[in-house]
Amino acid sequence: MDSVTAFQYAEPEAFLSPRLRAAAVRWLLVGTALAFLALFLALPLAAVFVEALRQGFDAYLAAIVEPDAAAAIRLTVLVAAVAVPLNVVFGVIAAWAIAKFDFPGRSLLITLIDLPFSVSPVISGLVFVLLFGLQGWLGPWLQAHDVQIIFAVPGIVLATVFVTFPFVARELIPLMQEQGTLEEEAAVVLGAGGWQVFRRVTLPNIKWGLLYGVLLCNARAMGEFGAVSVVSGHIRGLTNTMPLHVEILYNEYNFVASFAVASLLALLALVTLVAKSLVEWRLGETRGASQPDGAP
Amino acid sequence: MHRRELLALAAGAAALGLLSAPALAETTLLNVSYDPTRELYQDFNKAFIRHWKQETGETIAVRASHGGSSKQARSVIDGLEADVVTLALAYDVDAIAERGLIAKDWLARLPNNSAPYTSTVVFLVRKGNPKGIKDWSDLVRPDVKVITPNPKTSGGARWNYLAAWAYALKRNGGSDAKARDFVAALYRNVPVLDSGARGATITFVQRGLGDVLLAWENEAFLAINELGRDKLDIVVPSLSILAEPSVAVVDKVVDRKGSRKAAEAYVRFLYSPEGQEIAARHFYRPRLDSVAARYADKFPKVALVTIDDTFGGWQKAQKTHFADGGVFDQIYKPSN
Amino acid sequence: MAATALLRYLPRRRPSVLPGFGLTLGLTVLWLSLIVLIPLASLFLKSATLGVDTFWATIAAPRVVAALRLSFGGALAAAAINAMLGLVVAWVLVRYSFPGRRVVDAFVDLPFALPTAVAGIALTSLYAESGWVGGLLAPLGIKVAYTPLGVVVALVFVGLPFVVRTVQPVLEDFETEAEEAATTLGATRAQTFRRVILPSILPAVATGFALAFARAVGEYGSVIFIAGNLPMKTEIAPLLIVTRLEEYAYAEATAIAVAMLVASFVLLLAINLLQRWARAPGTRH
Repeated sequence: MDSVTAFQYAEPEAFLSPRLRAAAVRWLLVGTALAFLALFLALPLAAVFVEALRQGFDAYLAAIVEPDAAAAIRLTVLVAAVAVPLNVVFGVIAAWAIAKFDFPGRSLLITLIDLPFSVSPVISGLVFVLLFGLQGWLGPWLQAHDVQIIFAVPGIVLATVFVTFPFVARELIPLMQEQGTLEEEAAVVLGAGGWQVFRRVTLPNIKWGLLYGVLLCNARAMGEFGAVSVVSGHIRGLTNTMPLHVEILYNEYNFVASFAVASLLALLALVTLVAKSLVEWRLGETRGASQPDGAP
Repeated sequence: MHRRELLALAAGAAALGLLSAPALAETTLLNVSYDPTRELYQDFNKAFIRHWKQETGETIAVRASHGGSSKQARSVIDGLEADVVTLALAYDVDAIAERGLIAKDWLARLPNNSAPYTSTVVFLVRKGNPKGIKDWSDLVRPDVKVITPNPKTSGGARWNYLAAWAYALKRNGGSDAKARDFVAALYRNVPVLDSGARGATITFVQRGLGDVLLAWENEAFLAINELGRDKLDIVVPSLSILAEPSVAVVDKVVDRKGSRKAAEAYVRFLYSPEGQEIAARHFYRPRLDSVAARYADKFPKVALVTIDDTFGGWQKAQKTHFADGGVFDQIYKPSN
Repeated sequence: MAATALLRYLPRRRPSVLPGFGLTLGLTVLWLSLIVLIPLASLFLKSATLGVDTFWATIAAPRVVAALRLSFGGALAAAAINAMLGLVVAWVLVRYSFPGRRVVDAFVDLPFALPTAVAGIALTSLYAESGWVGGLLAPLGIKVAYTPLGVVVALVFVGLPFVVRTVQPVLEDFETEAEEAATTLGATRAQTFRRVILPSILPAVATGFALAFARAVGEYGSVIFIAGNLPMKTEIAPLLIVTRLEEYAYAEATAIAVAMLVASFVLLLAINLLQRWARAPGTRH
């Protein structure tokens, strides 16, 4: 109180009038925020493209269609195409069990599902080497049956499934919790079976949340580096995903090619961001619509 | 929606199953190699594919994996399906043979102790050699920082270590204790150990760390050619070690995959004139006299010792120096 | 069916009209076990083969301690920076409008979408002495790439969205009546902020901080390019794990991994409890 009155009486024609002061604070905050974001987000993104195009567009294209790079792209897409649907199915099932029912141990289950988030990617890869490597528990059995997991594509898929495990579930659980069970219960009362309830009532409500989770899951699946690096054999053209290929090129002094492949991943990131914004907008609309008036 | 999900699940399971099944119609060879040979095998593989097509009319694909030599050996032991291994030293191949993946007599199966090319250890310094590094003795100076890879994972690193030890032995009249002191002092000047020779080169050249890189001869030449003669110089020490990178066919894998014929042709092609030419072009010292004569002036003259003469062979050297708790573990303690 | 039979053994749960509980819970637990729990258990089992003494000796080795200190310390510093600046960003995005605000808002999620390796090489090229930012800082004697500062920079990048995204919804839902009341009672903007707004958003900031911290601790891809990886100085714990793995010292690698995991698990639990506290009505000021 005192400081306010003192200020006003002490300098009546202060160059910092309250209005100007507010504006100054506003510009300071906006400036700080934008500078922070520019430094940490915009610049690195720009750097990727600048370095990729440093030797011109032809060199850029050549780097991308080069056989090992093309194989890396194919592998990345394949891994995502397997990992994402698996985690979607799991996420939906888990979200149904957790969000629509109340049972003891629910919090623990949520925490356990969140585990891959807090595990370093390197550790995520390590656990699969311990399980499936030749010196691991299942190794000798796998070798005897001529099944290759570690140092081959299945290992990469497994490691990717592990690290992207919680994404869809995490998106759906709060959403489905928020939406409550009223609509589903009404459907059951009206005689719908389990699948029908899910397909006709729940799914339309969660579709934007689901899409959101899929986007995040996919971005992470395609971009995973640490876990895949540990389980992959780094066999060019066979078990290198795009992020691994970026590292290989970087380590071969081939910076332009490295940034060229990286730029593809960066473009994917931008597309993900755009899609995400669109989905968020629709999600906001759904949220507003699905909340019945007077609901807690 | 229900059907679509099931379809996706089925597709995923099928993909997973298919992917773990063994080889496809076309024969593919996997060459698991050590770190600096990336460029060498890129060219060599192309030439071999051409050669194989000419000889048999078959189309073959060759893939390569690169990393620190003993790290690669352990990967093969751990299940990496290599048809051929081309590693930095015989001991790493022996380690694989010990697990029954390669026949015990592999060394004698190919000429020159299964080493189609040789190399040695030289120093890579900044242009103009600002610290005036001439020989091994300069590496223990307090103002000099040395870059060399991790002997636990890299083959080149072990050759570096043994070359330093050999130099110290010669200078101190064969005293192992003095040699140990010398090498310990050298490693006190090493700020970081990369896992492979290429990693060490990157650290030295790209990150600008260190004053001198202990490098494979071929790696040193490659670095100069790739990154500019105006940035780096090669210094040849008074003494170095004859490094024999060994190659072998992995019997267990080729018999299971049915790729023995192609794999054996692959390693033999390394000894052919064309193969030797490719090696020489990539700064590996060729064995074939005709090729060696043509490239004689490209390789510096240096007094070479061998591992057998000075260290009693790899088994002994590995056990003494590089095994868990060996001399290296005792002397290397990274400090602030 | 087995799943419904198991229900008999579950402690009482509130009966529900909705179908599918047994099946979905059973499948959830099964898949969770296969993909997450069993692999993680193998980690603990492997490190158990070390024996307690060797385990402690491994963890207490100077190089491991230095690596853990760098990983956790760097993550702490980065999360703190993200907490402060993330709050500013969230405030700006919610309270002010300026041209391009929606684009900036969407852009904040870039670290979620961009692969860590790409971020790693991009940040390295920026902050190396020959880079755009590194070149500006070099004459000032500030080296970022290949120093612990570089590690912090990379960790700030990966944790950036967390605080912003946890604070934004709280700010958006914030009832301005309390603010207006404070102003009519004569409080300055600063006082209003400090006494009215901040306490309400502090739980969200704390949650975001914890999330950013947890993420940064285990970060690998974006750090290894910029760090320099010098043992005892700029070597992060995940890299040490990989190094030990490459040396085939599996037991040692798993010991370090277990140490990291235990710490991370404790953090996660704290986050979940925190979120519950933040959401529960009646605990707000």
